[in-house]
Amino acid sequence: MVKNRFTLDLRVPGRTEYLALVGSIAECVARRLQDYRGDRDALAFNLNIVVTEAVGNAIRHGISAHSRSRLRICIEVRADELVIEVHDHGQGFDLDTLPDVPPDDLDEGGRGLFVMRSLMDSLTYKRTKAGNVLEMRKRLR
Amino acid sequence: MNVEIDRNDARSVLHLKEERIDAHNAGELKDWLLNSLEDGCPLLIVDLASVHFIDSSGLGALLSGYKNANLRQARFVLTGLQARVRSMFELTRLHRVFEIAEQVGDVAISR
Repeated sequence: MVKNRFTLDLRVPGRTEYLALVGSIAECVARRLQDYRGDRDALAFNLNIVVTEAVGNAIRHGISAHSRSRLRICIEVRADELVIEVHDHGQGFDLDTLPDVPPDDLDEGGRGLFVMRSLMDSLTYKRTKAGNVLEMRKRLR
Repeated sequence: MNVEIDRNDARSVLHLKEERIDAHNAGELKDWLLNSLEDGCPLLIVDLASVHFIDSSGLGALLSGYKNANLRQARFVLTGLQARVRSMFELTRLHRVFEIAEQVGDVAISR
């Protein structure tokens, strides 16, 4: 149970040069949780990783030509849970068709979603008329 | 990408002088690895001692180098993995694919 609940609602240019910035913001969120009893350094690194993967994925696959400029990232700290959303306006994909296991050893791609699934408690991807939302949740104990 | 190269006839060492490897610089890393292998070196050592963060794009770039080295019958070795970086290799099970040594000096020139 953490005491300080808050929400960050960010608009980030859809370019890879901003990955380090959004990753470090996610890391800072982990460092600012009050009364978090888990491994804070591990949580900070893992949040950096999953946000970097999610935003990198959205930049690669999710940004359509007419909405190239920005992505929306929401990070919400609740009492017992952390929720991260990455919104994009691209064609999207079907999460259910992607395997839960890592790709073959020598495949160069396809590990991002596996990494996100492994480090978070849940991962969902919703496609709506207003855009796509990748949502990741992590319980805070 | 900042890279220091230490090269002799027996091996090339690429010291990656970046704290972070992600989708922003993974393509450049891939190019560095391919260019290094094109010189025909029999052993390419990639030293990650300065790297504190690597995402799946960075792992993919290293895999590309590994596969290219295999095609050229060159040896490809990673050194200097920080704990968090190593955890990414373990999570994705790639620690079973790469040859990994603690330090550059631990890599025997021939096997």
